[in-house]
Amino acid sequence: MSRFRPEFRQRAEELVALYPHARSATLPLCHLAQEQEGYLSADAMVEVAELTDTTPAEVRGTASFFDLFHLEPVGTYVVGVCTNIACLLAGGLELLAHAEKTLGVAVGETTEEGTFTLEECECLGDCDVAPCVQVNSRFVRTTTPAALDALLDRLRTDDAPADIPRFGVLSRVRRSVGLVVPPGQIVAERARVAAASSSEKSPS
Amino acid sequence: MAKLDAPQIVTSRVGLDGGHTLRGYLATGGYESLRKALSMTPAAVAEEVDAASLLGRGGAGFPAGRKWSMLKKDPVTYLVVNGDESEPATFKDRLLMECDPHQLVEGVIISAWALQVTTAFIFVRGEFALGLERVQTAVNDAYAHGALGRDIFGSGFSIDVVVHPGAGAYICGDETALLETLEGKRGFPRIKPPFYPAAIGLYGQPTVVNNVETLSNIPWIVANGGRAFAALGKGRSTGTRLFALSGRVRRPGVYEIEMVHNTFRDLIFDSALGGGTTDDVAIKAVIPGGASSPWFGPELLDVPLGQDEVAEHGSMLGSGSVIVIGVNDCAVRAAWRLTKFFQRESCGQCTPCREGAGWLERILRRLEVGGGRIEDIDLLLDVCDNIAPGLGWPPQQTTICPLGPSIPSPITSAIAMCKEEFLAHVEHGGCTYG
Repeated sequence: MSRFRPEFRQRAEELVALYPHARSATLPLCHLAQEQEGYLSADAMVEVAELTDTTPAEVRGTASFFDLFHLEPVGTYVVGVCTNIACLLAGGLELLAHAEKTLGVAVGETTEEGTFTLEECECLGDCDVAPCVQVNSRFVRTTTPAALDALLDRLRTDDAPADIPRFGVLSRVRRSVGLVVPPGQIVAERARVAAASSSEKSPS
Repeated sequence: MAKLDAPQIVTSRVGLDGGHTLRGYLATGGYESLRKALSMTPAAVAEEVDAASLLGRGGAGFPAGRKWSMLKKDPVTYLVVNGDESEPATFKDRLLMECDPHQLVEGVIISAWALQVTTAFIFVRGEFALGLERVQTAVNDAYAHGALGRDIFGSGFSIDVVVHPGAGAYICGDETALLETLEGKRGFPRIKPPFYPAAIGLYGQPTVVNNVETLSNIPWIVANGGRAFAALGKGRSTGTRLFALSGRVRRPGVYEIEMVHNTFRDLIFDSALGGGTTDDVAIKAVIPGGASSPWFGPELLDVPLGQDEVAEHGSMLGSGSVIVIGVNDCAVRAAWRLTKFFQRESCGQCTPCREGAGWLERILRRLEVGGGRIEDIDLLLDVCDNIAPGLGWPPQQTTICPLGPSIPSPITSAIAMCKEEFLAHVEHGGCTYG
């Protein structure tokens, strides 16, 4: 990608300011880069490194550890089918095989026009509605092949349910305030309170 | 008979229309416990939690009060909430974050007061987009309401809470891996000692890491007193607990029930809980406490749902997820899939886990899909023995974190309980269940 666009750059700087050490913002910034570009590009990792006072290699090292960061472009909708134990018992493997057939791609691949990427997921924590399917980290609760096909059709025609943004948009709720009481200030205030209370006690 | 007369301590707002909003929370007594806590000394609040004997709800079951008391005194200390729930078939923390985020936030603020920490972080699993949005909204609204930030409710106490998104890695449920991630690094569990983040945690500073369900209990404990909490349950297992029930049951879901006074049979069969097995199928096995826990056979259904009670029978209550496997489910396939999970989620630091999980997964796969050999059964046990020597419970540690030594549980359980299935797979040249 290019660099963060100005509004994203500003959000990035606000995120960095939330942490005692800039490097802690690595994951939030990688999510932010994915929100702008739809994946985590090499250029983005360079800028994340600048913002977190690390190297691009360190950012890549961290990002490549995590399933949610895609270092190559992915579809607008990343469809994840869980096949872990509870879903396995409910037909998760069969639903995944059906999704492969419907989308015409194997697990890990993206459809030609770039709409869908299919993934086999580990437990997503929706085990009472198994087998569990997520689209862009949103639970879609389509447990049958027919329901999954109907949802994919809707997404294909750009008729996405309101709660499914395009891939990369993790949380649509932004923090409303920065740090109100920065750690340094808290430490100073508490030291003052402690000193006052001990000087009250010491004469007795 | 199930005993279901205990109060709903953490799930009273689940299913309540608007229960996740500030308005809904305030209408149901929300943030009253925080006001009460701020009128008490931090030590007095901590004493209530200690009196409650609240065991950590993340999996290890360490007493929360003791964890708090171990926090090393230092000008800079942190509270970190572990909302990285990823244990297979565990979905209780997600429910709490989605349905009652203010209860968690209130628990965090009260705990921050009791512990006098500098800053608190809520680490939410990346795959929980709705949970992230709900918790961030709750934090935003708590600031606006004066329950968070500077001079909370005019008490003079100030604290910031930062919501931090994860990015998909089971290992970050390990508290030291979680702290590494929060520092912006790969989620590698830290070498012990130091054993407890309470001495050296986030950025090398003393840190308390508590689970979402654990802290969601705090507002009730402050409102009703630690003794009222401790009066529920029995022995070391006090209070209620969330059990995530899944697999071959009619009514899978999360149930809050009193500990020890209910058994696995109650949870699975009571009409107000699991409602029995799907199509009344007989039970082959129950996984009593998450993927890492050794399986129970149907003869152990009457074991009470308590920390020590389950441990006495050679397993663990763990994360509170109970998975029911029916007689028509393939034990080899179940063991294979759980092993594949561990293989994918191994962070790769320690050889026994990184290499062992791969070997085990490949052997189980060939048994399941065809190409398995009779000697594979002993080979599986041999590799397991290299990861957790002696194959006892709790397992011997050969690795930095408990993930590696947890890998053998499903395999040794499946072989011990269903060896004939493994033999049939070899003979048949693959799965016999179709």
